Amino acid sequence: MSNFFDKSDLARKDAENIVSDTLKNCDDGELYLEDSKSESIVLDDNKIKSSNYSSDLGFGFRAVSEEVVAYSYSNEISKNSLKSSAENLQSTLKSIKGTYNTEIPKSNKKFYSDVNPIEQKSLNSKIEVLNKVNDYLRKKDGSVKQVTANFLGEHKSVEIIRSGGEAITDIRPLIRFNVSVMLEKDGRKETGVYGIGGRQAYDDYLQNDNWKSVCEEAFRIASVNLESKPAPAGEMKVVLGPGWPAILIHEAIGHGLEGDFNRKKTSAFHNLMGHKVASEGVTIVDDGTIDNRRGSLTIDDEGTPTERTVLIENGILKNFMQDRLNARLMNTRSTGSGRRENYRHVVLPRMRNTMMLSGNQTQDEMIKSVDKGIFAVSFGGGQVDITSGKFVFNCTEAYEIINGKIGSPIKGATLIGDGPSILKEVSMVGNDMKMDPGIGTCGKAGQGVPVGVAQPSILIDKMTVGGTKL
Amino acid sequence: MIKDQDFLKTKAAYCLDVAKKIGASDASVTIGHSISETVNFRNKNLDESNRSDGLAFSIDTYIGRKKSSISSSNLLNENLDILIEKCYETTKITPEDEFNSLPDKNLLADKLKDLNIYDNTHIDNDKKIHYLKELENTASEDKKIINTESSFTEKKTNFILANSDGFCSGYKTSSFTTSCVAVAKDENSMERDYEYSSKRYLDDIKDPQALGKLASDQTIRKLSPKKIGSEKLSVIFDKRIAKGMLSAFASAISSSAIARGTSFLKDKINEQIFSNSINIIDKPDIIKGLGSKNFDSEGIKSETLNLVKEGVLKNYLVDTYNGKKLNIPSNGRRGGTTNLYFENGKQSYDELLKNNSKCIYITETIGHGSNLVTGDYSVGATGFFVEDGEFKYPINEITIAGNFKDMFKNIFLANDLDFEYSTNSPTMMIEGMTVAGK
Repeated sequence: MSNFFDKSDLARKDAENIVSDTLKNCDDGELYLEDSKSESIVLDDNKIKSSNYSSDLGFGFRAVSEEVVAYSYSNEISKNSLKSSAENLQSTLKSIKGTYNTEIPKSNKKFYSDVNPIEQKSLNSKIEVLNKVNDYLRKKDGSVKQVTANFLGEHKSVEIIRSGGEAITDIRPLIRFNVSVMLEKDGRKETGVYGIGGRQAYDDYLQNDNWKSVCEEAFRIASVNLESKPAPAGEMKVVLGPGWPAILIHEAIGHGLEGDFNRKKTSAFHNLMGHKVASEGVTIVDDGTIDNRRGSLTIDDEGTPTERTVLIENGILKNFMQDRLNARLMNTRSTGSGRRENYRHVVLPRMRNTMMLSGNQTQDEMIKSVDKGIFAVSFGGGQVDITSGKFVFNCTEAYEIINGKIGSPIKGATLIGDGPSILKEVSMVGNDMKMDPGIGTCGKAGQGVPVGVAQPSILIDKMTVGGTKL
Repeated sequence: MIKDQDFLKTKAAYCLDVAKKIGASDASVTIGHSISETVNFRNKNLDESNRSDGLAFSIDTYIGRKKSSISSSNLLNENLDILIEKCYETTKITPEDEFNSLPDKNLLADKLKDLNIYDNTHIDNDKKIHYLKELENTASEDKKIINTESSFTEKKTNFILANSDGFCSGYKTSSFTTSCVAVAKDENSMERDYEYSSKRYLDDIKDPQALGKLASDQTIRKLSPKKIGSEKLSVIFDKRIAKGMLSAFASAISSSAIARGTSFLKDKINEQIFSNSINIIDKPDIIKGLGSKNFDSEGIKSETLNLVKEGVLKNYLVDTYNGKKLNIPSNGRRGGTTNLYFENGKQSYDELLKNNSKCIYITETIGHGSNLVTGDYSVGATGFFVEDGEFKYPINEITIAGNFKDMFKNIFLANDLDFEYSTNSPTMMIEGMTVAGK
């Protein structure tokens, strides 16, 4: 655990006093301290292209009065720096009369270990794996023209000091291993990308030469795309495979159920609590408590223990995801969803691992039921317009379905739909729920945070496919 | 106060000194400082104030052709000592790469032009609040507007780039950015749109009432959208979207994508990739330009580049490392383009709209649907259906798709270029794209 006060002229007691003094008439707020170390090692074009290490230390001081947030951060942990931040907050929040609630929920559960992935595996052995990846793929097939592979590792210590002096801490490991391969055949080029990761040491993911299966998957996707035909354009039935395609859930439903947009009534969902927003049989949860998952957190960035929040139960909208500020203003409790990218940013309600739970149909039944449509297996990114509810995501591996059978692969295309109505178009829910491989990063208001998604195969009756073939 | 050049130079010299002493053959260091202050308003009330004050340090150490880098926000000498040592140790075990080196000394920037990109004016939060109040009063005048969120950011930066070949230079920059996001509602729909203004000088930012009015009008006109059928159509891109085509083009001609062979424009130098009416320029020395700079992030002097002349691709964007791989000298584009723009076309905006009896006008796209390896393009879009040059009704939940190779050859530009952003395009029309809707 980092001791933020060891090498500083700021004693813990002084920090506690400044925090308590500054926040005494506020409704909420805290001092957030963060020490993070990260590394990135990239192999590209047959060489170790870069090996970067970064060390970042700083604090963010937040004062909240009613709806107003004052925030100040600095990367210098010192008495002067904290005092000048405190003055900055006080000058924003002039005449305030709030009541600070010092109570914060507690839990002893931890969802990952303290391991430091950067130290746990030597640089040499990481470079060795990347070189093996490169050799393996280039030897595998003459069509392989480019290979990029990288390791990203992070070890972050956070401490949250609340008014009254209560301190809450967490240590968060996070890794990601990615392989991207480009094939060229008959003048045509296509890429395939695959990655794995989570909140454990590298070797927990790389045992038994597991890097080979990551290579194989990236190669397989690229090979499929080499044979792809132009995608169709227009409305049709769409079968989504299990796992990572759940970014549909993340974009279509997830963002719209974040507390801030609903308090401000700018989400297409703000007046739908208790209403039917999805077909029967559709249950969606946002869960921060799954061991070692990329989106899991022992506590959120306000110190609230995370939980499994039921968002939609059997088609009915049950809960929004809340941080402390939005929960207070909406007369409910925080769901442990208050997150920030790092100390430079304010807390926002965010997703953790967003999952649609299994139903009882099979993927086969879904495919067989479709006369004309597409089967989407893998995706790139997605995006949503919270207010209109329209969302998109981009296929990176998809096939046409003709008369109940999977046909040729089709080129990457954007799929577009309407968040509040899309889940009513779900007519079959599979029995094969799967988590994504641990690669998701969600962006909101300029802040990226690691997230996870999961879903079974699903059949959507009507969605617009943005191909070029009419 | 923003740290002065002397402070940053002293730190940079210290870092180079430490790196040399422990055995690095070369080193390059960047020390930066930035201060930004933001005030956010929501529905005519203060919502958030945010002050940030951050130092940043990064160093590349070389041992011959071996290279490694480290960055940190902690500039205390004792921390720098530890990190530079760690960087050096990492460099030792990093494999050699024949293309690693400091930039060519002859290409380094020798003197700095005054580009007028730093305005020392400080606007205190009370004045920002006053601006935002006026802005939101105008933005929320119409009853259909149910939510407004606006913000005012003042940012000042200073930096020094120094390397062990003796390069040591840097300068201050400033920016003032105001924005307004409005939400409008009617019986059929709820829609969001925005407007913003970003300038180097405080006095140049848009007047608050004008900005608020634009945000409000642009949002209200999107209400009650329809979904159209699927067909081939001409698509007109509003200036704020059209510049995205230039960004995609710039990524596809970066020397890294070319050297790696992962761009659909590889080996297209001196070939016709646009129609012969198209010229694309990257000009680093526009006075007060948002993308203006004296040198790139390696210290190489930035000069004006004609990237596309009469439709023919003339230059890639080259840095030292990838230039060596491709055997061409750097043209000072490590870190990307500067002020990138299409030269004006011949038609007026109105004429462009009237080229076809029907077309669609796109004001926003969503999704990351550009594949720069294949050139395939497919994104979600919202905008308007246009008939005989007039906006008929708003449209949404559609996609537009094509391939850049075809799209580039079918670009027509209006003559309404201005320099609101660092990358700028006149209003653009692309014929024959596939629109998918119902």
